[in-house]
Amino acid sequence: MNAANRTASTAAANAVASSLVGRRQRSVGARLFLFYLVFSTGFGLVALAVLLGTILVDGLPFLDLTLLTGAPSSNPGMAGARPAILASIMVAIVLVATALPLAVATGVYLEEFAPRDRWWIRLIELNIQNLAAIPSIIFGILGLAFLVRGLGLGPVLLAGALILGLQMLPTVIIAAREALRAVPASVRQGGMALGATRLQVVWREVLPAAIPGIATGSILGLSRAVGETAPLLMVGAATFVSYNPGLLTQYTVLPILIYQWMRLPQADFQGLAAAAIIVLLALLIAMNGFAIWMRNRHERKW
Amino acid sequence: MVEIEAQPDAAPTQMATRGVPLNVAGVATRTAPTDLSVEQPELVFDCREIGVRYNGVRALRDVNLQIRRNAVTALIGPSGCGKSTFLRCLNRMNDLIPGAEVDGVCLYHDEDLYGPNIDAIEVRKRIGMVFQKPNPFPKSIYDNIAFGPRVVGLKDHLDDRIEEALRRAALWDEVKDRLKEGALSLSGGQQQRLCIARALAVEPDVILMDEPCSALDPISTAAIEDLMTSLKTDYTVVIVTHNMQQAARVADTTAFFSTDQGETGTRCGVLIEVAATEKIFTKPENERTEAYVTGRFG
Repeated sequence: MNAANRTASTAAANAVASSLVGRRQRSVGARLFLFYLVFSTGFGLVALAVLLGTILVDGLPFLDLTLLTGAPSSNPGMAGARPAILASIMVAIVLVATALPLAVATGVYLEEFAPRDRWWIRLIELNIQNLAAIPSIIFGILGLAFLVRGLGLGPVLLAGALILGLQMLPTVIIAAREALRAVPASVRQGGMALGATRLQVVWREVLPAAIPGIATGSILGLSRAVGETAPLLMVGAATFVSYNPGLLTQYTVLPILIYQWMRLPQADFQGLAAAAIIVLLALLIAMNGFAIWMRNRHERKW
Repeated sequence: MVEIEAQPDAAPTQMATRGVPLNVAGVATRTAPTDLSVEQPELVFDCREIGVRYNGVRALRDVNLQIRRNAVTALIGPSGCGKSTFLRCLNRMNDLIPGAEVDGVCLYHDEDLYGPNIDAIEVRKRIGMVFQKPNPFPKSIYDNIAFGPRVVGLKDHLDDRIEEALRRAALWDEVKDRLKEGALSLSGGQQQRLCIARALAVEPDVILMDEPCSALDPISTAAIEDLMTSLKTDYTVVIVTHNMQQAARVADTTAFFSTDQGETGTRCGVLIEVAATEKIFTKPENERTEAYVTGRFG
């Protein structure tokens, strides 16, 4: 290639390049919109960072073995959260054993088997949507009237866990349905075309394929229930429990212990409350981490 | 696989086993099995006045079509002509579409597929299907093939069954060392052959294929076409295709579908002409068929 040619082609390349450069000028509106998006994202992050920072500064000095192994005490130097930590873990276990299978089964029925054109199915669906939007204190009142007084369970851990389970149902049902809906129809058709029954296809193919999504939704619902306070106040979670809880004993959970400690006059209890918040956060982060691990491990592409 | 057994007393409500002899006139007299080497192999499907409505709107009407054993029958025609709809009538997959209604009589080995005592699940065990887009299950290659035998109760010698199915689908040599790997890691063409193997593993009588190559590259397409030709020695194959060259290459019989104005003014699929493939592409009797195969319409 000779020099003249090269110059010509460079000029042509420049012409193309400059015409593209010109388009990089964004309009004022576009810039403002982008700024707004970045600002909004940043706002949430900053707020979260400030919150976490304050709690860590207040709580870390109090985060020691006594907090994890000790029982509540009027002496801040000896006070611990062991009964509350154990009760929170037990509540989570009861939820996994009761509400979770119920919610997943409901989701599977509604998504895979229910006749969608029937009015009563629509009514059930509508009610589940509404149930998800009901304030948690209402669930507490229901628990008090129905479980604690009506069934005579009394203010025990099981009653509290069951009412949290009821509150968790709609969230998990909706998550399960969405996870099932994300399984392509071609998987169901492929199974049916092999002479499998609908039940076999759902049990062997659709449900396993939906498990990562169901697990993620379930653990998010579980985390919310474990961090819940209001309904438990209604069903009579005690604030001062110094023994290890059982299913049918009085109990306190971490959020309620935190609430209790915040109200005490001694300054050291504020620090203990912050430390208990760190413990609760660690518990929830562990649960969410498990959900993410589970999802990544089973991640499928269609 | 081509064993013939006469079942002169088979109750009409039971599914006929594979190999019930041709019932020429559609009357109740059954003849002893005849030698298959004579020119007309037995009928597998005898469809009379088949039509389909979706939510009351007619999509297909008056299809009279006979499908013979150990042959590849191709259904061709423009988009929306009802060929896939018709294919799904043959193994009652239309049952799964809410609002779909099938009318007419679809005899499979002399038994009405839509008869009152017919179990659609049983029908689909005998009449397998391969879909347009490869749809392997999101699990291992082995478990994909094993699914069918497991659900229909063919659990003995599962490993042999799986090897046999993969060999028949010409996939064994490519996957024999990686049976435990995920099926979704296979290429598109391999996935489609896996789906064919999966259908073969339940020992069907008929394989329906709904545009099995439309999502594949030419090399994979050639592999599947070779497969169809080899499969017809043991099975009856019905294929829907958009690709006329494909029909010309693989099919023994070709049926041309098109659309007419229906009763309510909507377009409705009809069967225009069915004949030996060579005749359809060289000397079609209907001018609409001729217009389509010569590329003037469609």
